[in-house]
Amino acid sequence: MMIRSKTTNKIATVMLYMIAFLVVGLLTAFIVYIFYQGRKSLNLHFITSAAEFMKAGGGIGPQLFNSLYLVLLSMIITVPVGLCAGIYLAEYAKPGKLTKAIRFCIETLASLPSVVIGLFGLLIFVNLTGWGYTLMSGALAVSVLNLPVITRVSEDAIRNVQTSIKEASLALGATHWQTIYKVMLPAAIPGLITGLIMTSGRVFGEAAALLYTGGMSSPRLDFGNLNPFSYNSPLNPFRPAETLAVYIWKVNSEGLAPDAAQIADGASAVLISVVLLFNLTSRFLGRILSRKFSGKI
Amino acid sequence: MRKNTVKKSHLDYLIHEFSGRLIVTIFGYFLIIVTLSLVFFIASKGLATFFHNKVSPIEFLFSKVWAPDRDISNGGPSVGALIFIVGSILIASIALILSSPFSVAIAIFMTEISAKLGKKILQPVIEIFVGIPSVVYGWIGLSVLVPFIRRSFGGLGFSLLAGSLVLSIMIFPTIASIAADSLRAVSNDYREASYALGATRWQTIYKVAVPAAMPGILTGIVLGLARAFGEALAVQMVLGNRISLPGSLLDSTINLTSIITMDMGNTATGTEWNNALWSMALLLLIISFIFIMVVHKIGRRGDLNK
Repeated sequence: MMIRSKTTNKIATVMLYMIAFLVVGLLTAFIVYIFYQGRKSLNLHFITSAAEFMKAGGGIGPQLFNSLYLVLLSMIITVPVGLCAGIYLAEYAKPGKLTKAIRFCIETLASLPSVVIGLFGLLIFVNLTGWGYTLMSGALAVSVLNLPVITRVSEDAIRNVQTSIKEASLALGATHWQTIYKVMLPAAIPGLITGLIMTSGRVFGEAAALLYTGGMSSPRLDFGNLNPFSYNSPLNPFRPAETLAVYIWKVNSEGLAPDAAQIADGASAVLISVVLLFNLTSRFLGRILSRKFSGKI
Repeated sequence: MRKNTVKKSHLDYLIHEFSGRLIVTIFGYFLIIVTLSLVFFIASKGLATFFHNKVSPIEFLFSKVWAPDRDISNGGPSVGALIFIVGSILIASIALILSSPFSVAIAIFMTEISAKLGKKILQPVIEIFVGIPSVVYGWIGLSVLVPFIRRSFGGLGFSLLAGSLVLSIMIFPTIASIAADSLRAVSNDYREASYALGATRWQTIYKVAVPAAMPGILTGIVLGLARAFGEALAVQMVLGNRISLPGSLLDSTINLTSIITMDMGNTATGTEWNNALWSMALLLLIISFIFIMVVHKIGRRGDLNK
């Protein structure tokens, strides 16, 4: 009996190690494969030149720019809202029906399929506002998708601030709001920044919510034109804007260019590199900032 | 004079204090407004199929006939969504069956076998898996998995199996990280008591730690299922999108999210076809509400056990 259970224990341990190696191996294979396939496209020409529709040799410049611009816009929209909601939940919300309702809404919003959020965006930010497919509509739709995430990140970051810091501030006669604003927020910055960068990575790769809000086309952009009100200026948020992730999907479903597969390979490699970059930056910054803020330089 | 300024700054404090609190409170409640308006707008469009086009909900849910552009002479349009609903359920359940054992095993490895490797290697790996955009999963599925299935099992390659496999990888991080959290939350006293009784590590894992963490593990599985139901583009790219019930794992089929993404752009607003798509979006919304409620139920039962 004793011996049998010891053998089972050994077998189980070996199995679990194998599964762990399998998962790590799968991810490694995944990433290596993407970079290997996309290696030809990871050059300046592909990343900066405009897409071609009927002939080979097109790049992903405008799409890459749109993705980055969209991340920026949606962060500008979500961060103040999510941060305030997070402060409310961490510091002011009393246990009760309304707080429960807010938490329920956060959970629901967070688990909603992104297609559904995209359709909501289509109704409100595309049709109701009368803007049509624009970068701004896409950014707003993605903001709805992001709001619960940023709220959670902010709430956690503020809750993780040491109570001793908060109590010290209150003991010095600061009011609750002063404590939050001047003491807790700065102390929560490392947590906030890592969370925000992680979320940015997610927004960068989002496609389903953008198909019918940001649109699936991109006007010819003139990168020399920096007037945000001009139609072909890249800075104009009220123009149709296809992002990189949407472009990968479109190339595959419509695929008019003869080198569609190569474009998808290249664009995937670029997408993954940016996501990895976001991930590594947030880790690195998180480590540095938390060391700095805790006074151990 | 001095008294006056003291009074004024005191008033300033109050205004500051009050307005700060007011603003954050408003944004807190704003989340409820967003959710309610989302439900309201999707429902108002989604219910038009039933109120405006007079399709019975029973027909919508249980009819296999999807012919949204059929002529009046042939009996008019029919918008039975059964094929899409069955497709979604099949793909999500198969993905769950494939993914859960591995995900829970990884969670066990991270918490019970090697916390050090778990933190240093598996945690970052899971985070990177979460970060990989769904179109990239779809593209790899399309360029690697689909040809592989075609070569080894025959058929087109675009299949239920391909969709489920891609999804199983996508929901793995959700299940694994929630299950790992709940295993970590199991008090060490339980484990020590088990070891003291002479149990081996494996016996402790599957007789003590896993049962104690069960509510959390189930929560992870339900949220994984919710993600599987709502995923659109990755599945759509490898499924083949043939509107018929699959006869086997190797048959091409379609699900709710795929038909929405494909048809929403080329149907006119207000037509029965278009309205039916909104009804499917409403259905997805209702399904994710149900999942959240299930999670709450599980959580409450878990609390009772403690």
